[in-house]
Amino acid sequence: MIRTAALTKRYGRITAVDDLDLDVREGDVYGFLGANGSGKTTTVRMLLGLVLATSGTIEVMGQPMPARARQVLPEVGALVEGPAAYAHLSGRANLALFDAMGPGGGRASRARRVDDALARVGLGGVDSRPVHAYSLGMRQRLGLANALLRRPRLLVLDEPTNGLDPQGIREIRGLLLELNAHGTTVFLSSHLLAEIEQMCTRVGVLDQGRLVVQEQLDVLRQPTGRVVVHTPDADRARALLDGQVEHQDGERLVIRVPDAAALNALLVGGGVRVASLTAERRTLEDVVLAATSAGSDTFSVPAVAR
Amino acid sequence: MILVELRKMVRSRRTWTTILLIDALPTLVAILLAITDLGPRPGQGPAFLSAVLTDGTLFPLAALAIVLPLFLPIAVALTAGEAIAGEAQAGTLRYLLIRPVGRTRLLVAKLVSVMAFVVLSVLVVAVTAYVVGTLLLGKGDVTTGSTSISGSSLSTQELLLRTLLALAYAMLCMLGVAAIALFLSTVSESPLGAALGTLAVLIASTILLTLDAASALQPWLPTRYWLAFVDLFRDPILWRDVVRGVLLQLVYVVVFLAAGWANFTTKDITD
Repeated sequence: MIRTAALTKRYGRITAVDDLDLDVREGDVYGFLGANGSGKTTTVRMLLGLVLATSGTIEVMGQPMPARARQVLPEVGALVEGPAAYAHLSGRANLALFDAMGPGGGRASRARRVDDALARVGLGGVDSRPVHAYSLGMRQRLGLANALLRRPRLLVLDEPTNGLDPQGIREIRGLLLELNAHGTTVFLSSHLLAEIEQMCTRVGVLDQGRLVVQEQLDVLRQPTGRVVVHTPDADRARALLDGQVEHQDGERLVIRVPDAAALNALLVGGGVRVASLTAERRTLEDVVLAATSAGSDTFSVPAVAR
Repeated sequence: MILVELRKMVRSRRTWTTILLIDALPTLVAILLAITDLGPRPGQGPAFLSAVLTDGTLFPLAALAIVLPLFLPIAVALTAGEAIAGEAQAGTLRYLLIRPVGRTRLLVAKLVSVMAFVVLSVLVVAVTAYVVGTLLLGKGDVTTGSTSISGSSLSTQELLLRTLLALAYAMLCMLGVAAIALFLSTVSESPLGAALGTLAVLIASTILLTLDAASALQPWLPTRYWLAFVDLFRDPILWRDVVRGVLLQLVYVVVFLAAGWANFTTKDITD
C-alpha cells in the first residue's frame, strides 16, 4: 500500500528523514511511532506529496508519488498535523467546499457524502454554527470527516485522537477499526504508545529520522519467558520454586519459567494462594525504549564529546 | 477549483467589508461636493472632479479616479497577498493540495478570484457613484455631449467606449499588483507580510517617481503609467503612455506570475 525506498529529506544540513524503507501492506493498521521531531510529520507530508523528497522513492497504491498524485490522492484520506477548516463557515459548509475541490466530487451526491461523513464521526446532528465556535474535539472530528469524504482506501492519520476526551478516543478507535474491517488500510502516526498498542497490527518506530523497528506487533510483544505472580504467600512460593524467582517486590514475584500453566498447578498444589498470575510479555514501551535514543527535545551534552 | 474560489470570495464577509470601505470614500466626496458646491479647478485635484459639479452622471469616472490610485491597490494587495499565505496560515492549504488540487490550478484559481474581486469592486463603485452622482449632483444635459479634458465635446457613446477602455487599463494595472502580491504570497508565511511587501513596492515606486535622480529607473517602475488612463479622455487620445503602460504591466504580470508559479510548484508545504 505504501512503500518507500531509501527515502531521505534534508533541510540544509539537517537530515529530517534518513534512508527510510517503509512497508505498509494492504489491510494493515500501521502504527508509525516516534518522538516529537523524529521525522514522522515530514514523512507523512512526503507520502502525500506536500514535501518533496531529497532522494529516494515513494510508492502509494503501487504508483509513484508525487508524480501520480492526481490518480493516487483521491483514494487517500488524510489528517496532517491537526485539522484545519475555514473558521467563518459551518462544518457542513466546509465539507461541501472541500468536496467541491479536486476530482471525484459530483455535485448531485455532495450533500449525501457530507452528511455521511459527518454521521460517521459523530457530528451528524451538528448545527450551523461556524467552525471557530467548535471545541477542539469537534474540530478533530470534522477533520476526520473531511478525510473520509471520498471513502478512501487508505487513511493517513497524524495524531487523530488529539484533543478528544476518553469517550471520543474510544469512539474514533472503534470507527477506525470498523473501517479497517471493511478493507481500509490505516496508517496511524502517533507518539502515544498506548494508542498504537491498542489498535495496530504492525508497527514502525522512527528515531531521529531512521526507521529502527518495523515488525508485526504480535512479534514485538513476544513473551519474555517470565511469569508475574501475586500471592499473599510469597515466602512459601519462594521456598517451593527454589531459585527460579528473579525478583520479589512484596507480594509480587517475577519467576523465570517457560510454562505459566504448569507453574500455577505447582503453586496451588503446594498450598500457595495465587491472587493473579500472568505470563509477562514485552510491552511496546520496552521495545521502543530499547530501540531509540533520547527524544529530540532533550539537548543534554553527550557523554563522549566528538 | 475556480468556481470554488469564487464561491469562497463572494461568501466571505471580508470581501464585502473591503468593497464597502472602498465605496465609502467617493460617496463621501460626492456628499461634500453636493453640500459645499466647491469643486477643484479644472486640471487640478483628482481627474474629472471639476466636471462633476455640472454633470452628476460623470461621477462614476471621478469616483474611479479617486479609488484607483490608492484604495484599489491596497485592496488587491491584501486579497492577493492572502491567497496562498492565508490558506497556509489557516492550515487549509495542505488539505487543498491533498484533495488533490494541482498547485498550478490553485494559483490560477486564486488569480481569477482576485481579478473577479477587482471587477466586483469597480462595478459596485461605478454603480453607487452613478446613483449618488445623479441624486446629489444632478443630471447634466448628456445629449449634447460631455466635455473631454481637452475641452472638446464627446458623444455619450464615445464616452462609454473610452470609459470601458479606461476600466480595462485599470484592471491590467491591478493585475500587475495582483501578480506581485501573489508571488509574495507564495514566498511569505504571513498574508500580512505579502500584502505589506506589495504595498512597499508600490510606495517605493511612487517615491522614486518624484525623484529626478531616479530618472533612469522611472520607465520601469510599476506605478509609472498608472494614471495614463486619463489620456484616454483627451481629444485626440494620447496613446503613447497608455501603450507603454500596457507593455510594462504585461512584463510585471508575466515575470511575477512565472516566479510565483516556479516557487509554489517546487515548494515544501510545511505550515
